[in-house]
Amino acid sequence: MWEYTNKVQQHFLHPKNVGEIENPDGIGEVGSLACGDALKLTFKLDDQGKIADARFKTFGCASAIASSSVLTEMIIGMTLDEAAKLTNKDIADRLGGLPKEKMHCSVMGREALEAAIANYRGLKIPMAEGEVVCECFGVTDLEIIRAIKESNLHSVEEITNFTKAGGGCGKCLDRLREILVATVHQGVDIKKIVEKPKRMTTLQKIKKIEEALEREIRPGLRKDGGDIELVDVDGDFVTVSLRGSCTSCAKSQTTLKEYVEKKLRELVLDSLIVEESK
Amino acid sequence: MINPENVVYMDNNATTRVAPAVLEDMLPYLRDYYGNPSSMHRFGGQVEAAVTQARKKVADLLGAEPEEIVFTSCGTESDSTAILSALQSFPDKRHIVTTRVEHPAVKNLCENLDTLTGHKHRLTRLMVAADGTLDLQKYEEALEDDTAIVSVMWANNETGVIFPIAEMARMARTRGILFHTDAVQAVGKVPINLKEMDVDFLSVSGHKLHGPKGIGILYVRRGTPFSPFLVGGHQERGRRGGTENVASIVGLGRACELAAAHMAEENSRVKGLRDKLEQGLLATIPHSMLNGHKTDRLPNTANISFEYVEGEAILLHMDQYNICASSGSACTSGSLEPSHVLRAMGVPFTAAHGSIRFSLSIYNTEAEVDFVLEKMPPIIAGLREMSPFWKADA
Repeated sequence: MWEYTNKVQQHFLHPKNVGEIENPDGIGEVGSLACGDALKLTFKLDDQGKIADARFKTFGCASAIASSSVLTEMIIGMTLDEAAKLTNKDIADRLGGLPKEKMHCSVMGREALEAAIANYRGLKIPMAEGEVVCECFGVTDLEIIRAIKESNLHSVEEITNFTKAGGGCGKCLDRLREILVATVHQGVDIKKIVEKPKRMTTLQKIKKIEEALEREIRPGLRKDGGDIELVDVDGDFVTVSLRGSCTSCAKSQTTLKEYVEKKLRELVLDSLIVEESK
Repeated sequence: MINPENVVYMDNNATTRVAPAVLEDMLPYLRDYYGNPSSMHRFGGQVEAAVTQARKKVADLLGAEPEEIVFTSCGTESDSTAILSALQSFPDKRHIVTTRVEHPAVKNLCENLDTLTGHKHRLTRLMVAADGTLDLQKYEEALEDDTAIVSVMWANNETGVIFPIAEMARMARTRGILFHTDAVQAVGKVPINLKEMDVDFLSVSGHKLHGPKGIGILYVRRGTPFSPFLVGGHQERGRRGGTENVASIVGLGRACELAAAHMAEENSRVKGLRDKLEQGLLATIPHSMLNGHKTDRLPNTANISFEYVEGEAILLHMDQYNICASSGSACTSGSLEPSHVLRAMGVPFTAAHGSIRFSLSIYNTEAEVDFVLEKMPPIIAGLREMSPFWKADA
């Protein structure tokens, strides 16, 4: 069970400002169904340029809903300049804190707000201007640097907790480490910050394996009229199906172990075990 | 503390209420009869008699002989004991057959055998179909000359799907392969007669059948080669060292006796309640679906996905009404991935995130089912109203 503050529970059970404003002045959408959380924020301004109304729709866990709800409550009555200064920490603080694994929920709130303000101003979302580092969750280097500075992050794991970057395919973990080291101010012992690569999630493995198959393995097999398809990845177990001339080839088992498995271990993870789909 | 009287408990695959009669039987062995069953004096001897009696009750529920019952500390210990014992008994056999949907007690053990034992192993993990069932032909093909042991759960903890253990054990026996089944979810819910089966090892957990936590059983068929997991004293005929957890053993004996008496009720009244709950939810909540085979399933379990909403949010709303259940969503585990069982069945992420497991017991009432049927539709509708993906006309 997560330990949620009373404030989180309140906002989760009785969320404020649920819905969508018709003809909003600003609209911001972040997240996706597959990722497990998503937020759509809309707002309307009054004559003085203050936020007169804000509404949200959220798919996700209790902390995602509570972060969205408290965010709308905070920004109503603010000018856009004031709202633009809000940080994810402000959101989390207003909730009395969030479990560390759930910090990305507060970041999602801030991102949706920024997207909505940018949408009103006819600007590109500032985050989108940086270089995308985490492709799975569309997180840019600017966003990561900002999270490191704003929330005083000291590990790649914390970056994932706050931004979700690195929580998908994991290709960017090395890059995250570089950004972390470069961003954290001088004088900090770099060795302490650099950590061993986190264990990859299945999603990360699937993506890396698909890449390795496409770039390195398929071309070789196709030359001989064969082909290979990824069936499933579970833990270290990679299930593949051999196609074309491979299916009738007496050496297919050797190919599987000596070539495919060896390559995947070299390119993806040295503990992988390749099995043929039976 | 939440008053247990006010709880609608539908999370019995996680753990169960200790039956009042079980507790009554246990108390004297915690309070008064503290003698060691191994002692020479009568004060210990009478405790040994209680253990013997409990062993007989357990054996009766399983259709086994008392000497085939080894008391352990939990289902996980029983699983580890069986699998590691088989590998020690056949050092030249290094292949294991299991499934993709095993409980972590078997799954994580099998996946880490190389590190644990220092030997290389090959693992075949059988796929399941979309309804969670196994293909027996593929199972037969997976059995090889150097297969040391097959370990397949009797019933799945998340979906309740039942595997054809009798047939699978027979196929293993024909090939001279040892067969283990993790039956912690099945015992007490489906009739088991080990005398008529080719099962060599079977794991049971006390707290899944209204017994106490911290007690388990490993059935070891007479004549099966065996190496102990906990080496020590001569307890359990040298098969499991450590002074007996007497009170829990006595409690488990009573729990097994009660389970035998309640088996018919599990498969009639409890099943009826489960069916009413399941059909009611599927009928009143659009975009909901059952995970797992409709009939090859435990009588108490229903795993249902509610699309476009997230499991943790559902559970916490249910919690407001003191309704207890579980979810296979990513958020409830703290990882980014939903349950391995639902993924193996190919349940789309969008539905897996919103899966809820209801697991009933003989202590549930029709009024409770009606209560859940009344509360669930507005919970799901409320969360969907909040969901950016939900279109009311979808």
